[in-house]
Amino acid sequence: MTARIGVITFPGTLDDRDTQRAVRLAGAEAVPLWHRDKDLKQVDAVVLPGGFSYGDYLRAGAISRFSPVMETVIEQARGGLPVLGICNGFQVLTETHLLPGAMLRNDSLHFVCRDQKLRVENAGTAWTADYTAGQEISVPLKNIDGRYVADERTLDMLEAEGRVAFRYLTEGDSADGYGNPNGSLRDIAGVTNEAGNVVGLMPHPEHAVEPLIGTGRTDGLGFFTSILKKLVNA
Amino acid sequence: MTLDTVKHAAETPDTDQPWAELGLKQDEYERVREILGRRPTGAELAMYSVMWSEHCSYKSSKVHLKQFGQKVPENDAMLVGIGENAGVVDVGQGYAVTFKVESHNHPSYVEPYQGAATGVGGIVRDIIAMGARPVAVVDPLRFGAADHPDTKRVLPGVVAGIGGYGNCLGLPNIGGEVVFDACYQGNPLVNAGAIGVMRHEDIHLAKASGAGNKVILYGARTGGDGIGGASILASETFDDAKPSKRPAVQVGDPFQEKLLIECTLEAFAEKLVVGIQDLGAAGLSCATSELASNGSGGMRVELDDVPLRDSTLSPEEILMSESQERMCAVVEPEKVERFLAICEKWDVTATVIGEVTDGDRLEIYWHGEKIVDVDPKTVAHEGPVYERPYARPAWQDALQADDAGKLPRPRTGDELREQVLKLVASPNQASKSWITSQYDHFVQGGTVLAQPEDAGMIRIDETTGLGVAIATDGNGRYAKLDPYHGAQLALAESYRNVAATGAKPLAISDCLNFGSPEDPAVMWQFSEAVRGLADGCLELGTPVTGGNVSLYNQTGEAAIHPTPVVAVLGVIDDVSRRTPIAFADEGHLLYLLGDTKDELGGSAWSQVVHDHLGGLPPQVDLGREKLLAEILISASRDGMVDAAHDLSDGGLIQALVESCLRGGKGARIVVPDELDPFVLLFSESAGRAIVAVPRSEELRFTDMCGARGLPATRIGVVDGDTIDVQGQFTLPLSDLRAAHEATIPSLFA
Repeated sequence: MTARIGVITFPGTLDDRDTQRAVRLAGAEAVPLWHRDKDLKQVDAVVLPGGFSYGDYLRAGAISRFSPVMETVIEQARGGLPVLGICNGFQVLTETHLLPGAMLRNDSLHFVCRDQKLRVENAGTAWTADYTAGQEISVPLKNIDGRYVADERTLDMLEAEGRVAFRYLTEGDSADGYGNPNGSLRDIAGVTNEAGNVVGLMPHPEHAVEPLIGTGRTDGLGFFTSILKKLVNA
Repeated sequence: MTLDTVKHAAETPDTDQPWAELGLKQDEYERVREILGRRPTGAELAMYSVMWSEHCSYKSSKVHLKQFGQKVPENDAMLVGIGENAGVVDVGQGYAVTFKVESHNHPSYVEPYQGAATGVGGIVRDIIAMGARPVAVVDPLRFGAADHPDTKRVLPGVVAGIGGYGNCLGLPNIGGEVVFDACYQGNPLVNAGAIGVMRHEDIHLAKASGAGNKVILYGARTGGDGIGGASILASETFDDAKPSKRPAVQVGDPFQEKLLIECTLEAFAEKLVVGIQDLGAAGLSCATSELASNGSGGMRVELDDVPLRDSTLSPEEILMSESQERMCAVVEPEKVERFLAICEKWDVTATVIGEVTDGDRLEIYWHGEKIVDVDPKTVAHEGPVYERPYARPAWQDALQADDAGKLPRPRTGDELREQVLKLVASPNQASKSWITSQYDHFVQGGTVLAQPEDAGMIRIDETTGLGVAIATDGNGRYAKLDPYHGAQLALAESYRNVAATGAKPLAISDCLNFGSPEDPAVMWQFSEAVRGLADGCLELGTPVTGGNVSLYNQTGEAAIHPTPVVAVLGVIDDVSRRTPIAFADEGHLLYLLGDTKDELGGSAWSQVVHDHLGGLPPQVDLGREKLLAEILISASRDGMVDAAHDLSDGGLIQALVESCLRGGKGARIVVPDELDPFVLLFSESAGRAIVAVPRSEELRFTDMCGARGLPATRIGVVDGDTIDVQGQFTLPLSDLRAAHEATIPSLFA
């Protein structure tokens, strides 16, 4: 018995096939989900992959949030369904308010694609259990609207509740992937909801799952093995 | 205003027509009248004017390009050659790869963001039209002087346009070039290349056959953008006196194109498509006339059925519009419903606009009246062909006589050190990561190598590890000194770059960027470059699969350097054997492969240190290039080298700096007795590479080179955190990194 992990494709989603590959490499079954279907095909968890859904028109994630599939995702996420939003998927999750905050244009005003150093701050979520708290990982980052913002109260609350899941590492050489790449407040790269089942981050763990491909690191595989173990052991 | 129908045209032979404004010459207009036996209707005139433009008809270049078809090397890999949307080569294991490079030069100067963006869009549609899934893009770019104020307008716009479009399409950008030279000031070169992958049985062609089959236009609605893009914009020189050409630039919507990719591939997968053509230059005029003439010849189109963004467009405008993100498919009647359903699934507008007919006429109707009645071959394939006069320019001898050998050279270690720092910080030699970091390298999860590697490499089969590599190169300075050998040097460099990664070069595509064909000196450069390329491809065994010619890259009398850009595609059986450029392990031995001669003509050193261009470019020895490639491929496959970097502009020192910085390790270099340190470091002799060999492999590697007759000279070792040229100078990597990486951001960030 393995876990079935759904990967949603919106029009303009780009990393759906990569995410399906990462799910398979972790040993789970990848189930393609289509934005027009409310039916989640009885998956055990859902990933919202990166890309430019609806061309990022209006605002990144703003249109996808109203798609039929998201109605079910929102409802089931509140009931505990594990959901991971990567990049554009994270943007969709903030638009749905499953996660707090919002993403603005990078402070450089440019798209940035690089290998990024992160610290896993919370290893207690459904998607991070295979890491240890404080572990430093390297995962590709690629976005133009990646600057995480929220009001001070929300940020303080996230910090107090341990809901800052990932932080950009800034102490080091930018050539080695250090630095806050987009001006995110408090160097926040990703957050979790209170229950720890919904996680979103801007960097792309699905692009760091094979030794030869991309940056050649496999630091991202832990997201997918974490959820698999949780589901299989549940 | 009365509609200019075919009937009306026949009745009013003396009506004045705006053929000159549409870019036709008098004799061309007369020829159209002769073909039709009457004056053309307004719609017909529109079609002929765009299809007979330089950009679409290759009328000045055709007589020279024929050589690519005549000097064809024996090569089993070629599946589809010149003339289709893109060439296709066999890469083994049942896979076929299609690739092509095109120019979007003129629009990118007028409107950098949209010009560059739609350049990516156009080449990607060529790839999908062949039946392939696009898997990567590359962008060879050339700009005016890096410190010129207008370059600060053009470059950031072009880079943002390429990123904005390509990133949103989900295509990794894995290679290309960025070159600065004052000769490109008013004429930046924005070339765009793309690769696509398919199974052999999925190859699709641009032809409409089978009477009764439906012609479906799908994708974006047709608007008033890009009218005259091919004729007025791409086929004339820039001139301050003329009105702005901005309205002739198309506007891109990458989201729509992404949907078009997915929807087209799904229709292919269900075998719903008989023939297909993308709408690029010359829009519907091109798609209908090419589809019809490549098939049985007959097609009837109801222009009223074309979905419009602007209902006031005239039929002429609809036929000429270059609105982006549109494709035209020919589908059997019983499959139309399913085809439209797939388009609906992807929210893509699709409309049946006509059908294939018996006979050989392309007939287009508007409000029930026939406004076009032509033999489509006369529009698509039988345009004018010019034997433009060409002559070796009078200044060529003086230029070649102005030998770079007379330039003062550094005489001490300190002077060498200064010039090394100056070279690696110069705009052309500096790190381009500020630019390339604005492109997504990772999407699709197949990127094995991307810039600044010698070639981009993509895995195409996850099980077997089969991969393809692509490099693009072109050195306008070399080509200016000697267009024949300059073109061959571009070919040789690109070929070498692919081989350095361990991939076997298979075939090429080219983008030939030149000045005005009406200038005999430019035509001479063009004819020499084409001859050089055709001869070179024959010798290397790499056929030309297609490409693009961009002429009129000229402002007033000043033409750009002749700039043939060559893309070489290679295949590698197992990407895990690929060779990167990074020196990653201390103790590995550095071997210089090939012969280093005193060759500084057209070199980066002569430009950076002396602002000089003269003499002759490095000699070409394609036999040596082949041998070097064989050695690099064998060494990669058998694990004999850990890193390899081709030597080209900037010579050995440039390659050392790049490889050291990439791997974060230094190098200790011992100058061989027979070589002058300056020549060793800065010469740009072709046919060379530097490799890092693990000590355990040294004997096997040198034996192989010895047995096959390739000079291999041990010049040092990977070591420490400096580049230490013994007895000359030592440079810390941190200083080199600072010099190499600061230049581009300081100019453009």
